[in-house]
Amino acid sequence: MSDRTVEVGVFVVLMAGVVLLGFGAARWRRPADPLTLEEWGVGGRAFGNWATWFLLGGSMYSAYTFIAVPAVTYGVGAVGWFAIPFAIVTTPLTFIFTTRAWSVARRHGFLTHSEFAAARFGSRGLGALIAVTGILATIPYVAVQLISLQAVLSTVGFGGELPLLAAVTLVSVCTFRSGLRAPALLSVVKDVLLAWMLLTATLMVAMYGGWDSTFRIAGERFAATPNPADGLLLPDNGHLGFLTLVIGSALAIFAYPHALLGMLAAKDRATVRRNAAALPIYCVALALMAMLGFFALARGVTPADGDLNTVVPRMIHEYFPSWSAGIAYAALSIAALIPAAVMSIAAANAFTRSLYRPYLRPGASPATEAWVSRWVSLIVKFGAAALILTVDPAFSVDLQLIGGVLILQTLPAVFLGLLTAWFHRTALTAGMLTGLAVGVGMLYGIPKTDGAGRVVADHFGGSSWPLGDGGSVYVGVVALLANLVAVVGCTLLLRAAGVREGVDTTRPDDYLADAGDPYLKRLDDLIDGSPANGRAVPAPAQHGGRYRRARPQRKADEGQPIER
Amino acid sequence: MAAPARSRHWQWLLIIPTVAPLLTPLTNRIEPTLMGIPFFFWYQFACALLAIVVIAIVHLTIREDHRE
Repeated sequence: MSDRTVEVGVFVVLMAGVVLLGFGAARWRRPADPLTLEEWGVGGRAFGNWATWFLLGGSMYSAYTFIAVPAVTYGVGAVGWFAIPFAIVTTPLTFIFTTRAWSVARRHGFLTHSEFAAARFGSRGLGALIAVTGILATIPYVAVQLISLQAVLSTVGFGGELPLLAAVTLVSVCTFRSGLRAPALLSVVKDVLLAWMLLTATLMVAMYGGWDSTFRIAGERFAATPNPADGLLLPDNGHLGFLTLVIGSALAIFAYPHALLGMLAAKDRATVRRNAAALPIYCVALALMAMLGFFALARGVTPADGDLNTVVPRMIHEYFPSWSAGIAYAALSIAALIPAAVMSIAAANAFTRSLYRPYLRPGASPATEAWVSRWVSLIVKFGAAALILTVDPAFSVDLQLIGGVLILQTLPAVFLGLLTAWFHRTALTAGMLTGLAVGVGMLYGIPKTDGAGRVVADHFGGSSWPLGDGGSVYVGVVALLANLVAVVGCTLLLRAAGVREGVDTTRPDDYLADAGDPYLKRLDDLIDGSPANGRAVPAPAQHGGRYRRARPQRKADEGQPIER
Repeated sequence: MAAPARSRHWQWLLIIPTVAPLLTPLTNRIEPTLMGIPFFFWYQFACALLAIVVIAIVHLTIREDHRE
């Protein structure tokens, strides 16, 4: 029993420290004017190499990843390994695409993909559609983080609703006060604790026979199950499903609002690039975690109540020294709260910049924007908590899968848009709606089966569309292809019909701008909301200039070359 | 401003770490194992290290051209 006390004691002390740090984060490199969305929402775009790296690790390599990925390798083996190639592939793509996104966002003051798409294709309706999709995809993503948190808390002995609500409340208050600075600071703590956890795990594997016996016994266990899809290797008909899942997930990273947010907080292009080079270190950490699923299987760890998310917490409880277990639980809990904070900030920014400002309060001051974002971020977090507490948590997991398919449909605008403005704005909207319809339609048609292959529900049984030969294909990629076909087809048609195009307010050199260029410095005033000075400057407040020219304070925009 | 065209050619190197992790149909085997880890799994560790090296090289070449 005293082991348990040590475990819980270490956990509680660490979590208390984290809360104090979160509260203190508002003072960390305190800006002169903390009450603008630039400061609250992207940390003033001033994070250096380390802060950015930790923040990205904190927001993308989340508790859900660290708990769900080993849960899948524990359950079906090689298929769960998809997360590793997926994570690695994103890093070279980050080097190319995220640097371009950073530059154009820095020069125009964008905080979200949706703002970028609206400016790039001259359509605030498209921006609004992307923002709504982003928010809808993000809320269940926050919810699955909280499910992971709940799995950890209940293993420590804090089961039920109250501990979860307490944790959400604390992180909400930290975020409310400190904005992006709180998760950035906590990410450092998380990574230190996580490094300790991985070290302990490696020693644990070495002490119990090493990887050799782990994989041998795990292989025997898979061989003993009736399921043909599990095993240490992919089945022959499993390659298409595996690769489409890898590619679809990797591309989705470039469409999720929270994944961009961490990079926008970087202070210059070199920081983004160095981070792209250093991000594979997290892939190695994730790969180690994924292999722990095999260790748990080989050692015969059993999940509580059949919930595979409890495999990792229970393995920690059974095999770690009690004080190390406390550290590991703290690491996993913080790893759930950081992405919840970052995701809610990102979703709130999307709301503020692409829905609130264009449609509800066109003249919103930076302080108003920050105020709206702070409250919306609270709503997102508590909305996610309500989702898992009032509805069956399994529903959130389904919603998160659906969210991944949805967010992929914004890709032509927010990802390909970084390279080209060729697409017609109406075609992008049509393509997105096509992709959404195809994606949701296919997800609806997938029956849910239990471990033995029996059908337990008719709909939303995962994101792998079964093919005739026993293989499968990831729905998101199929929907994305339908989307792209529609975008290209409609663009050609609309152009042939002479339908008026949206005006691209970005310029080619915007995608290469770096911190310190004089043009950028002058724009800082505009970004923070000073009235436009009549120059032909594509500042954020002017994206919608075409639509809002009637408003008095936009008079100065008249000189802007609106049609080229 | 834009890096000179010569240095931007180096970016094509990034195709290597993008494609390498996707070769799973070719890496789907147990042997050779490394420290008891099947090839299918340790190959991806190697890909992560490859990504670090290649991205770092591309970053450094681009940065050096900026200084010239």
